[in-house]
Order: sequence, then structure tokens, then C-alpha cells
Amino acid sequence: MTDVKLDEGAREPSGRPGLTGRASSHYRRIRTMGWRQLVPRLLLAAVLIFIAVWILFVTEVSSAQAAINEPGRFLRSILDSITNASLYFIVASGFTLIFGLMRTVQMAHGSMFLLAGYIALTFQRERLDINQGISPEQVSASNWLLPLIFAVLIVSGLGLVIQQVFLRWNAGQDLRQAIITIAISIIMADQMTANFGGVAKDITWPREIHGFIETENFRYATHRFFIIGVALGVGGLLWLLLNKTRTGMVIRAGVDDTPMVQALGINVHKVFAVSFALGSALAALGGVIGGSHASLAPSVDAEWLLHSLVVVIIGGLGSLRGAAAGSLLYGLAKSFAPAYLPASLTNYSIIATFAVLAIVLALRPYGMFGRAE
Amino acid sequence: MNLTRIAEIFTGKARPGVSGTDYSQRTKRLVAVFFVVLLVMGLLQAFTPGPFRHFFVDFVLTQSLILGIAASSLIFLSAYGGMISLAQVLMYGMCGFVVGNSVTTLGSKGLKLGLNPWVGVVIGVVVTTFVGFVLGVISSRSSGLYYLMITLSFGVIGTYFFGQVTQLSGFGGVNQVRPPGYIGEPDSATNPERMFYTTLVVAVIVYLLLRYVSRTPFGLTLQGVRDDPVRMNSLGYNVAMHRVWAFTLSAFVASLAGVLYVWEWRSISPTTINLFGIIDLLVIAVIGGILMLEGAWLGAFVFVALENYVRDVLLLNNWIGEDRFRTLVGAVVLVLVLACPDGLVGLRRIRFAIPMSIVGGVVWGTAGGVVIGSGGAISGIIVGAVAGIGFAGLLNLVKEFDWANSMAGSLGKYRLKVSAPRTD
Repeated sequence: MTDVKLDEGAREPSGRPGLTGRASSHYRRIRTMGWRQLVPRLLLAAVLIFIAVWILFVTEVSSAQAAINEPGRFLRSILDSITNASLYFIVASGFTLIFGLMRTVQMAHGSMFLLAGYIALTFQRERLDINQGISPEQVSASNWLLPLIFAVLIVSGLGLVIQQVFLRWNAGQDLRQAIITIAISIIMADQMTANFGGVAKDITWPREIHGFIETENFRYATHRFFIIGVALGVGGLLWLLLNKTRTGMVIRAGVDDTPMVQALGINVHKVFAVSFALGSALAALGGVIGGSHASLAPSVDAEWLLHSLVVVIIGGLGSLRGAAAGSLLYGLAKSFAPAYLPASLTNYSIIATFAVLAIVLALRPYGMFGRAE
Repeated sequence: MNLTRIAEIFTGKARPGVSGTDYSQRTKRLVAVFFVVLLVMGLLQAFTPGPFRHFFVDFVLTQSLILGIAASSLIFLSAYGGMISLAQVLMYGMCGFVVGNSVTTLGSKGLKLGLNPWVGVVIGVVVTTFVGFVLGVISSRSSGLYYLMITLSFGVIGTYFFGQVTQLSGFGGVNQVRPPGYIGEPDSATNPERMFYTTLVVAVIVYLLLRYVSRTPFGLTLQGVRDDPVRMNSLGYNVAMHRVWAFTLSAFVASLAGVLYVWEWRSISPTTINLFGIIDLLVIAVIGGILMLEGAWLGAFVFVALENYVRDVLLLNNWIGEDRFRTLVGAVVLVLVLACPDGLVGLRRIRFAIPMSIVGGVVWGTAGGVVIGSGGAISGIIVGAVAGIGFAGLLNLVKEFDWANSMAGSLGKYRLKVSAPRTD
């Protein structure tokens, strides 16, 4: 279903640079643009300049002060947003992989995240035989990594089962699949509350990662750099998988035209299964890291479903670059809004998320790197 | 509708094809019968003093009607506009918050403006409809699953908004909301039927309104937009604006549900509109049948009945447990969406569904009555009837779903012979 606007021929659907190079095509685009396209872009530029000026020079009333006076606070906000973006990217890339290939909105993605966290938590406590208040000093690398691997395996297996039992024979029925995964997420959420309780818990980082990097007026947790590293690794591996391997080639072809791939004699169902398991594994990886970074509680699944949704809506569904760009933008909005809004308005910071969503959708209905159906 | 026709429907003799208009012809009448029965039950209950009177009217019927109004706005969008909107819960919640903030004088949170309740209603409906317009504009260029995801994120963002903004609500929500005099004073506990009648009138008006709109030129264009937006665009219709106005209308309808909600509960909090609330409304629409307006109230009744009666039902309580209602809901939705994706109004084995639900109700009700007493009997009848429909749904699944081929399909190349397609 395409929503074609006849008066918007100037828009490139894929967002890829043209053959003549980015600068000249950009110039031509501006020249051919009518005021209907130009006005929103000018407005956007004005908004961005205003935000930059506000953060750098003006904001005396915010909790973080103007960046020119408090560069340390500014740096911290930047690092925070990149850390958050990394975690968003890990989780949302799984979501976007599943959607891009199978057109399945995996509404149980947040539940997968939470379940993996709980599994790793339980496993870690079993291994250490301590029930509460584990300090990082007591945790060796293997006591964090083994629960991680265990949780990722179980959850990706669960994803595989869900896909094979419930989704496979409903291929093409988008809404039905979405509702099936919603039903699964209801059951999972309820069972997790029953089995793991309603109190927030967290997985403990191993002593190798735990710690702080300190200079005279700046202090930042080491594990946040670890998260950024994992996200870079995940992004790199996914890029290699999608672009340099045969499986990746089939996945990309499947995103574009599944029936054609099938007609060429490739077992698409195998690719679907692999992708679904991989997507669930990414949610699980995010869940263990997120459970160590923040905490695990019954509403966390909804929160992470929201994060995944926002990232892929901003970035464009089914696009890895989109997931990266979307999580970066979302991460920036998430950590700059509470820090740089006037202190009396700090609790309105969720509006920033909404604003980013609204602006991106106004300019590009299918996200920054998304393509119209 | 004549009696012979009703009898035909009940005995299953009338089995026209289930696609297109035939399907709605048959099921619409069946649903109409259901509503008449429900209405009579409600009216009888309202005048009968007894231990279940208040609970049934005050709780089950009123709440199903309110949730039905909200669900009808969702179903209107999906059935006529092809837009699955999960922002409807946000819309009714937002209206509830605005009304709450306008009319409260006491309580811990909110603006406490202390306005006249009717002024509060006007403000709430206007604000919500306007916000609906804005959200509609933002999401108007997408459709289908994108629409679902965008509106879902609106809904969840809305939950956090009302949770974080303590000036308006905070996580505790707004309490001690005053309904207008007719309903609220001296004390609603003494005459809950007034609330019931008000809700009933609003529900009927909403139903007629949405039905009417779907037959106006606007509604017909909207259905064109649903089926083929590209063609409608080429024909010169403004596709995006039709979506915007449809969404605005649905926000208006949802806001009415929001007003009734705060009148009924006297309070509203972000937990009402969180992801579970959003999913609940979708579940209601799916149970009822997401493509037919009448399904909204049917689904709402089944949902509320399950929610309220399943707790004290024989057998179920032992292995599901009182607190595990949501697991049951998830299982019901899973079975339903696998067995009959069109919801209860799309149940093909209607021939089984009615006797099954009667048998289920009688058996379970008797068992409950013998073991627990009259309370168990009523709960048993309702849950048994629902279980009967569910059993018919399972039969539907067996009939509809080509298990052999699906299982063989899972093994890859070992595909069995494809069975002949159904003709009806």
C-alpha cells in the first residue's frame, strides 16, 4: 500500500545519494523544491539552530547549565546519550531485522528483553549462591558471561519456537501476527510477574567491567564504555552478516522480494527462522546488558517495546542504518531533554521524544532511512 | 427482523457465505439479538433488588458499555479506514485527565480547577478532539502496521507523560472526580442505574453516529482510502485529510468514553492507559471482531465478564489462580486469533457456538451453584457460556486450519497434497 503524493516527486524514497554525488544532487533537490517542501525544512533548520544555541549558550535555568560554562556536564550528556543509543540500537536492530524480512511486528520484543534479563539474573545468583546485594567484586567475568550466553540461547530458542509454531503459517497476515505476538507478550509478562515478583532487581556487572574513569572534574562509569563497544561490535557483525555473507544476501533479497527469492529455489523459511532467532537473540543480549545497566521490573518490557518502536519509526523500518541513526537521535533527545530543559519543566521531558517522532514523521513518513511500501 | 429469521440464526439454518455483506447480514442480526438480551437483563436488574443487582449493573454492564464505546472508536478506524489505532486508550485517558483536572477541588494531584462538571466535560471533549486532530495529522501519511506502531508509541508516550507531569496527574492519578448532579448526588452507590442509563444512551448515540458516518460520502471515501489509497489519490481525494478527520472523529468518540470512565470510577491514573490498558482495548476489539462496529460491545462484555467472574469460578481458580487473569486473557486471545481471526462476530461454526455456550453455561453454572451457591452459579453460567463459545472456536480452528500441510510445511520440502479449497 503506497501513499503516493503526486506533488512530491522530488523526494528520494531510499535516501541514498544519487549518482552525481551528494552535494550536487542536494543542490538540485533544493532548486526543484517547491515551498511546500522548503518551508518544513527551513523550520527544521531553525529549530535545530535554536536547540544548539540554547544548549551551548543560553540555558541558565536548566539543571545542567549552559554548555559553555559547564563543559563536563555537556560531555556527560553526550556520553549518556551515546550509551543509551547503543543499548537502543542492540535491541531495535533485532526488531527491525524481524520486521524488515517478515513484516512481523514483534510486539513481544520487550518481553524477550525482560525474560533474558531475568534468566541471566537467576543464573548468576544460582552460580554465586547469593540471593541479594551482590557486589561487582564477587562477580568474575565468567559469572556474567555465562548467564549472558545462557539467556541469549534460551530466548533465541523461544523466539524460534514462537515463529515456527505461531507465526510461520500466518505469513503475510500482518495484523494477525501482531496480535499473536501481543497475546504472547501478555502471557509472558504475567508469568514473569508471577515468577520473578514485582520488585526491581538488577544483574551485577563483573569486576573487570565495573569501575570509573576519572579525571579531576569528570567521572564516568567504565561499563558504559563497554556498552558502546558491544553496540559497535553488534553493528559491525550485523553489517558483515548482511553485506558479506550468503545468508545476508538472501536476507536482503528477502526484504526486497520474498516470493522471488522463494521462486529461485531458496528455502525462505529457513532464513525466516534464522532471522527471528537472531532478532530474539539481540533482544536478549540487550536485556542482559540493560538488566545490568539499569534494572529489571514488570514494566520494563513496555518501556523497551516503546524504545524499539520509536527507534525504528524514526530510523525507518527494516533498515540497519536507520536503526543506528534512529537510536542515536532518540538517545540524544532522551538524555538532553531532562538536562537542558528549564528545571521547572524537567518532568515534561517525555515531550522531547514525542517531538522527535512528530518532526521525523512530518518530513519523512517512513522514517529517515525507510522506504515506502 | 422477524422471529423466523431469529430462529434460523439460532439453529444455524441460515448459513449464507461468510464473505462480504452476507457475513455482516447474519452476524449483525445475531449481535442485535445479543444486545436486546443484554439490555433486557440490564433493565430487569436495574429494578430488581438483590445481591447481584448492583454488581451486574454498576460494574459489568456499565463498564462493558464504556469500554465498548472506546473499542468502537478503534473498530471504526480499522473497519472503515484501515487504520489500526492504538492511541484510542490515550484519547479516552486524556479526556479523563482533563475532566479530572477541571472538576476536582480536593485530592492530592492535578490542577484542581473546581469547575462545573458539565464545563469540565466540554473542555475534556474539546481538548481531546483537538489533540486527536494533531496526532491524526502527524500519523496521517502512514497506514496499516506503520499506523499501529506510531499510534502505539503515542499511547505509551502518553502514559509516561501523565506519569511524569505531576502538575497534571503524576503516577497516583487524579482522584475524587465529581460527576454532575444527576449521577453523582447524593450518592451514586444508591442509584447506579442512572450511570447505566446514561452510558447506554451515549453508547446507542455513538453506535448510530458511527454507522451514519460510515454511510455518508465521507465514510464511503474513507472506505475507498482503506482499500486503495493510490487510486483514491489519483481520483483527486485528499487521502491524508480523510485519515485525519476519521482519527479526529474517533478521538471524539473515545473522549466520550473517557468522560464516562471518570464518572464511573471517580478517578483516573496512568495505569489506566499504560501498555496493558492499550492492549486490553485491542483485545476487546479482537475478541469482538475488529471489522464490525457491533463487535466492540460484544468484545467488551466478554472481556469484562471474564475479568469479573473468572476469579470465583470453580476449577479455573485452582490452576490459573486468582491473580493470573492476564495469562487467561492472553491464552483466550491467542486461541481466538488463531481459530477465528475475525473475532466472535466472524465465528463460522456458529451452529456449534450457541448450543455449546448454552450447554457450557448450564453445566458450569449448575456445578458452581451446587458447590459454591448462587454466586458460583451466576459466575459459572457466564464463564461456561464463554467457554462454550471458545470450544466452538477451537472446532473452528480444526476445521479451518490445514494442520497436516502446515506441519509438513514446517519440515520444508515434504509437503503433502494440498486439500481442496473450501467452497463456502
